[in-house]
Amino acid sequence: MNVTARQRVGWGAANVIVVLIAAIPILWLISLSFKDPSTITDGSFYPHDWTTANYRGIFDQPLFTHALVNSIGIALIATFLGVALGAMAAYAIARLNFPGKRLLVASALLIAMFPAISLVNPMFNLWRTLGIFDTWVGLIIPYMTFSLPLSIYTLSAFFREIPWELERAAALDGATPLQAFRRVIIPLAAPGVFTTAILVFLYCWNDFVFAISLTSTNNARTVPAALAFFTGASQFEQPTGSIAAAAVVITIPVVIVVLLFQRRIVAGLTAGAVKG
Amino acid sequence: MAEIVLDHVTKRFPDGALAVDDVNLTIADGEFVILVGPSGCGKSTTLNMIAGLEDISDGELRIGGEVANQKSPRDRDIGMVFQNYALYPHMTVRENMAFSLKLAKAEQKTVDERVNWAAGILDLTDHLERKPGQLSGGQRQRVAMGRVIVRTPNAFLMDEPLSNLDAKLRVQMRTEVSRLQKRLGTTTVYVTHDQVEAMTLGDRVAVMRGGVINQVGPPEELYNRPANLFVAGFIGSPAMNFLPATVKGDTVSSPLGDLRLPDERRRRLASNGDGERQVIIGIRPEHLEDASLVGDKRDQGAVFQANVDLLESLGSDKYAYFTVKSERASARHLEELAEDAGGVEMATEDGVQVTARLDAASDAKEDQELEFWLDLRRVHVFDPESGENLTVDTVEGGDEADRQAEEPAKLREAEPQGAAAEPPRTEAGPGGAAEEEPAPDA
Repeated sequence: MNVTARQRVGWGAANVIVVLIAAIPILWLISLSFKDPSTITDGSFYPHDWTTANYRGIFDQPLFTHALVNSIGIALIATFLGVALGAMAAYAIARLNFPGKRLLVASALLIAMFPAISLVNPMFNLWRTLGIFDTWVGLIIPYMTFSLPLSIYTLSAFFREIPWELERAAALDGATPLQAFRRVIIPLAAPGVFTTAILVFLYCWNDFVFAISLTSTNNARTVPAALAFFTGASQFEQPTGSIAAAAVVITIPVVIVVLLFQRRIVAGLTAGAVKG
Repeated sequence: MAEIVLDHVTKRFPDGALAVDDVNLTIADGEFVILVGPSGCGKSTTLNMIAGLEDISDGELRIGGEVANQKSPRDRDIGMVFQNYALYPHMTVRENMAFSLKLAKAEQKTVDERVNWAAGILDLTDHLERKPGQLSGGQRQRVAMGRVIVRTPNAFLMDEPLSNLDAKLRVQMRTEVSRLQKRLGTTTVYVTHDQVEAMTLGDRVAVMRGGVINQVGPPEELYNRPANLFVAGFIGSPAMNFLPATVKGDTVSSPLGDLRLPDERRRRLASNGDGERQVIIGIRPEHLEDASLVGDKRDQGAVFQANVDLLESLGSDKYAYFTVKSERASARHLEELAEDAGGVEMATEDGVQVTARLDAASDAKEDQELEFWLDLRRVHVFDPESGENLTVDTVEGGDEADRQAEEPAKLREAEPQGAAAEPPRTEAGPGGAAEEEPAPDA
C-alpha cells in the first residue's frame, strides 16, 4: 500500500481534471448569472461588471416565484409519498414471501426502464379528461410512479441488511409487526431512507419532460419548465442572465439537501446490532 | 412463570422437510431444561416454536396450561436471548432494556425501577447510557439478558447465547446464566450444541437427533445411562470409545480381549436377545485406568496390554491414546456423530484409536507398553442396528453398579471439552466466578 510520489502526482492530476470537468460548467453558470446583460457575450470567465440584477429580476417575475413554490411543494410531497410507499413495499419484498412477489419486483424494474417520454402523450390526454392536467396532483402521480422502483430497490437492499433477529426480538418484546417496523426497522434503515429520499427528491426536482408536458400555467409549472418561458427585457434580448440566475437558485436546495443528509448516509447506524 | 408442555409437536417445512418430529416434553415451572444436539437436529426450531417465531405444523404447545399454538409471540409473554444478541443498535442500553416495558405501556417509574434493578444484577449500571456498539461482547450478552429479565416473563428461551463469546468469557457467562436462573427461578429452555454447557447448566437435558428427542434426563443420568449410541457419543468429553465386539453366551469378545460383564449387565444383555451377535461396546476414557493404580478394584475389571502412542498430561489427569487392531465400529449413529465432529476419522491406518484418561499419578510413557485396566461395571453394549443400549435400563432407576460408580463420574463430567479449548472449570477465570459456581448436579 505504499504510494510513491509519482502515483500521488498522477492521481492528484487525474482528480483535478475530473473536478475541473465537473465544476467548470457550474462556475460558468454562476459567472453568467452575475454578468450585466451587455457583457454576457464577452467570453470572459470572470464578470467584469458584477450585478445582482438577474437575481432581482427573476424574483420579480411571478413566472419564477410561482414555479419555485410549485417545485418545492410537488417535489417534497412526491418524495414523501414515494418513499413511504416504497419503504412498505420494500419491507414486504425483503421479509415476506407472498404470491406475486416476483411479479411485483419485475414490474417495478419494468417501470424503471420505461422511457418516460413515450407516456407523455397518453397521459396528456388522460390527465385532461380526468381534470388533473396542470395541477400538483397531475405531477405528483407520475413522479411517485417513476421513483417508486428506485425507492423499492434501494430500500429493500437496506432492509435485507438488517438482521432478522431484530424483528424477532421486537416481536418477543411485545411489539406488533407495525411497531417493530416503525420503532426498530425504520430507524435502522434511516441511512437508506435518507439516501432514497434524496435520490427521489432530485428526480422530481430535476424533471423536465412531465413538467413541460403536463402543465400549461403557473398553477403547477415547476422551475425547469418555467426556465423555458423566460423572456428577456425586450424581445431582442436573450434571457441568458435570468436563466443562469434561476438555474443557480434551483441548484441551491439540492446542494443543501445533499450536505444535510450526507452525514446520515455515511453514518453506520447498524454498528453494534449483532456481533461482528 | 409457567410450565411449558410440548405435546406431540411436529414441524414440517413447506418443502416437506421434517425438522421436528413428534416431540413430547414437559418443562416444569422454574425448571432449567437444555436442548442439545448437533446442528440441524431441530433444537432451534423447537425453541422458535415455543417462542412463536415458527408455526407449529402438528401437535400442541401449552404455556401455563393454555394452548399457545396460535398465539403471537407478544401474547405468549416469553423472553428470548438470541445467539447474536439482536440488540437494537440505535437505542442505548437503557432503552434496549426498557423497550418491552414501554411497549406494554408501563409507568415511567416502574420502567426505571425495573431497568435499574436488572442493570444492578447484571453489572451494567455504568453502561446504561451507552449504545450496544460501544460495548464488549460479554456486555452485549448481558444487555440481551437484561432485556429479557426486566419484565419477568413466563419463560426464558436462550438460543446458543454463549456461542459468540470467546472461550474464557463463555465459562464465566455460563456460571452467570446459571446463577441468574436460580435466583429468578424462571422456567428456562436453553439451546446449545455444546455438551459441556448442557451438562453443567441444566436441571434436565434433552438430547435431540434428527428432529427427535433421543433421551431426556438429568445430566448424570444421560452420562451414566445413555439410551443409545448417539447420546453416549455426544455426551462426555473426551468422547466415549466405541469398538466392535461379539456377544456369545456370557462373554463379550472384543478387540481388548474377552470381557465378562458383571451379572447385572449380563442379565440385561441376555434379556435383550440371545445367541451370538455383533454389538458395539462403549467405554468412557475415564473407565480405563493404569492397572498399577487400581489396587483392590483390579478384579472388578479386565486387564490388557497396549502400546501408548501419545500421552497428554493435563496436570489433573493424563490422556493416553493407544491403537487397537480392529475394524472401526460402524453404525448410523456413529456416522452422524462423526459428521457433527467435522468428519474427523476416528480410525487410524491399522486400527481404532482409543482414549484413556489416567490418573495423574500414572507413570505411563509414550511409545511404551502399559497395562490398562478396564472397569467392566461401566462398559456399555449397544446394538449396531438400532443403536440402543443393551446393558442399561434407562427407564427404571438403573442398576446397582451404575449408582455405585456415579460419584467419580460426577466429578469428571464437568470437565471442559478438550484442554486446549477451555480452561478447566475450577479455574473459571476473572471476577471470582469460580467460587460462586454451583455444582453441576446441584
